[in-house]
Amino acid sequence: MTFATLTAGTIGRAIGPRWTLVAGATMLGLLILIAIAPGVFSPYDPLAFDYKAIMQPPSAAHWFGTDNFGRDILSRTIWATRVDIQIAIFSTLFPLVFGTIVGTLTGYYGGWLDAIFGRLVDLVVTFPFLVIVIAIVAVLGPGLFNMYIAVSILGWVFYAQLIRAEIRVQKQSDYAAAARVLGYGEMRLIFRHLLPNAITPAVVYLMTDMALAILLGSSLGYLGLGAQPPTAEWGVIIAEGKNFMSTAWWISVFPGIAIVVAGVSFSMVGDGLADLFRRRR
Amino acid sequence: MNLNYVVVRLAQIVPTFFLIMVVIFVLVRLLPGDPTSAVLGIHATDEAVERINAELGLNRSIPVQFGLFFEHFLRGDLGDSIILKVPVMQLVLERLPVTLFLTAFAAMMAVILAVPMALVSAIRRDSLLDNSIRAGFQVGLSMPVFYIGIILLTFLAAKLRWFPVGGFGDSFGDNLYHLFLPALTLALSLSAVLMRNLRSSIIDVLDAEYVDFARAKGLRHRVVLGRHVLRNALISTVALFGLNIGTLFGGAVITESVFAIPGVGRLLIDSIYGRDYPVIQGLTLVLAILVCLVFLVTDLVQAWLDPRVSHS
Amino acid sequence: MNGALQMPEPLLSVRGLRVAFGTPRHELVAVDGVDFDVRPGEVVGLAGESGSGKSLTLRAILRLVKPPARVSGQVLWRGRDVLRMTEPEVRGVRGGEIAMIFQEPMSALNPVLTVGTQIRENLEEHTDLDRAARQARAIELLDLVGIPAAKARIEDYPHQFSGGMRQRAMIAIALASEPQLLLADEPTTALDVTIQDQILKLILRLRRDLNMSVVLVTHDLGVIAQTCDRLAVMYAGRVAEAGPVTEIFERPRHAYTLGLLNSVPRGGVLRQPLSSIAGQPPSLSNRAPGCAFAPRCPFVVAECRAAPPPLVDIAPMHETACIQHRKVGQR
Repeated sequence: MTFATLTAGTIGRAIGPRWTLVAGATMLGLLILIAIAPGVFSPYDPLAFDYKAIMQPPSAAHWFGTDNFGRDILSRTIWATRVDIQIAIFSTLFPLVFGTIVGTLTGYYGGWLDAIFGRLVDLVVTFPFLVIVIAIVAVLGPGLFNMYIAVSILGWVFYAQLIRAEIRVQKQSDYAAAARVLGYGEMRLIFRHLLPNAITPAVVYLMTDMALAILLGSSLGYLGLGAQPPTAEWGVIIAEGKNFMSTAWWISVFPGIAIVVAGVSFSMVGDGLADLFRRRR
Repeated sequence: MNLNYVVVRLAQIVPTFFLIMVVIFVLVRLLPGDPTSAVLGIHATDEAVERINAELGLNRSIPVQFGLFFEHFLRGDLGDSIILKVPVMQLVLERLPVTLFLTAFAAMMAVILAVPMALVSAIRRDSLLDNSIRAGFQVGLSMPVFYIGIILLTFLAAKLRWFPVGGFGDSFGDNLYHLFLPALTLALSLSAVLMRNLRSSIIDVLDAEYVDFARAKGLRHRVVLGRHVLRNALISTVALFGLNIGTLFGGAVITESVFAIPGVGRLLIDSIYGRDYPVIQGLTLVLAILVCLVFLVTDLVQAWLDPRVSHS
Repeated sequence: MNGALQMPEPLLSVRGLRVAFGTPRHELVAVDGVDFDVRPGEVVGLAGESGSGKSLTLRAILRLVKPPARVSGQVLWRGRDVLRMTEPEVRGVRGGEIAMIFQEPMSALNPVLTVGTQIRENLEEHTDLDRAARQARAIELLDLVGIPAAKARIEDYPHQFSGGMRQRAMIAIALASEPQLLLADEPTTALDVTIQDQILKLILRLRRDLNMSVVLVTHDLGVIAQTCDRLAVMYAGRVAEAGPVTEIFERPRHAYTLGLLNSVPRGGVLRQPLSSIAGQPPSLSNRAPGCAFAPRCPFVVAECRAAPPPLVDIAPMHETACIQHRKVGQR
């Protein structure tokens, strides 16, 4: 018995690393709940102007204060949750699926397909992601749908890279050899046996990617290239408040906190999953 | 370090540069919108269109156009800005140093923040200190760059007046003063990424047998940490640093916007809005080449740190 | 007999060494009260299966066991207790007076530093030699351990050496400051049999030339037979039997040692079925109250299970912790 396994057992018993996963999943669950039914949580209509309550600091009536049109910031932030969670999902959906397919095929078959893919990866990693996305969106026109297109064009490469590396490892494993010996067809081997094992790092990365998607989406919203006002999106709200930072800081600060909370939730789930998968190995 | 390796890596850059130029050339040509109308406006006559087309070389075949593009590039001629009516190269030379200053400053700050924190965090693994440090960096990592920027700008510059509200300044010292907040803004997320990776790396190395062997030789703690642990742990973090340069430049674009810094980032955004194709093309090309060079440097630093790389 | 000879004082005297993990309520004891001595110029073998605690014993001697493990007992090195020294004192002992080499040279040598650097830092810490002298000494050391073209190879990296050469380099690094005791943790386990032989011969030669003692940890009885003067057999964290190698090999006086020796295949005789010891060594968490070997022992009696048998002298310099040692001795 080695020294390492002895100490690991002792420490592992003291702290439960699963609490990260549980805490993160709970926060995430709450956010998703808010995203599904914002009306339930939101005290006011996010679009309603109220000229009698302009630029109010946080108070009992308006927990997050109001903006220069009298709109309740808490309500706007809550309704924006739906938009930003959508951004997280749609920005990563295509890259995950397409990237997994490409990664699986290049990882399994290798050869010239893999060589081309390698060059492509080098190229994509070279370019600053944000800059390219801004460029594509500026050309196609601002808006969320165009942003999804821009992100997907480049984003699938990262998933493909992860899956490819894992498939190559899994391909050498004993259970793969055993399956081949049993005469299983290639497609079945790849998709039913190799892929479920290979996909775990991609799932962990998905969580980080969703957090990054929210950062990117809100950055574009801030620049006016993403969600368009008057739609409530966290970045958009922050941009609306940026000129009032000295007088009405609450307009920009609270949506920013929402972004942080969302990002931290995704990261905690990602970390927890990574720990879980590492344990299973 | 193996000299052969350096030479080989330098030589490899050339085809990559060429490939970048081809890709950018093609991408810009694929953009919808007609540069000629952009120059002339809607009321262009046919002769005017033909004349401009001839000037811009758009009436020649694609390979010839690329040839012209390449030749002009070698001469340092990136075309002229449609909006600003000055050579792109001039704009680049004016503004690129500012952005480079900002990014370099931010990178340095990120390293200064990340390395000590990673060391402390790794050595006192799983303690309250470690968990607090990691939580702190995690929050920093989850904040968008523009958010950090406007908060720092409002509270440290506008309200407390400790720092100027944007701009670049005149002398070198003045530059540092003006760029401190923007660089800090950029550095926060990068340092979080670096710290996480370095901490993990240090933990792996601390468990390695060669650290035990070094201690068994009776070496002092400081020597063991510095020479044996850090040098090995930094290897993977340097690679990660290179990979994140693209993100750093992206963040610089936003930061320049928030702090009104006369760099290349703002120019890029403005020219994208204004469909100023020569500027978009020239800037993207210059940026891509820069990123390539950074990759080269990080590869070489990695080879210097880890002799196994250059000797295989 | 050696009645007239004065037995020299032991250089190293380990008494009641104990290494435990886990919480005070649920203790996992990996080394459970180990006693042994090493005299000047002796090669002492520490034999046992994996999990017997032999590697941990070595590390505990140099205080290389990391928390949360708890080390207790006494390690007397030339009269001073290592376990009670201050940190700077221990560092002086490490490398300067007691050196240690490990099993796998590829993981024990820092891959990003040259072999020369790793030798020189040892010299820097424990000697007063100036830079030029350190360089010269480093080359000398590589020569001493039998690495050809030492001057050229001093600035090479570990991955540029072959397995056997790497082990030699590790020995050079460890012995740079001429320690009086070498702790060798399975130094030949990872090597081919031919290289193994070379390294063992090298260790013996160095023992003679540098007037060094050696503690050699291994699970390979053949290695013990080839190199060791005395032997301590460990089982489940305790010493089962200790004494001169020839005596123990001829007539083991512990049930475990007997089983161990019987399980070694013999060449040159009629084919017989291989004999092995039934069962498995106990895990750390379920140690029996009595003798740890009792569950597997063919000589076991009720007394064995009551309490751990103490180490008793049955001959000069020969001890055993087996109540049934007389029966065992008759086999």
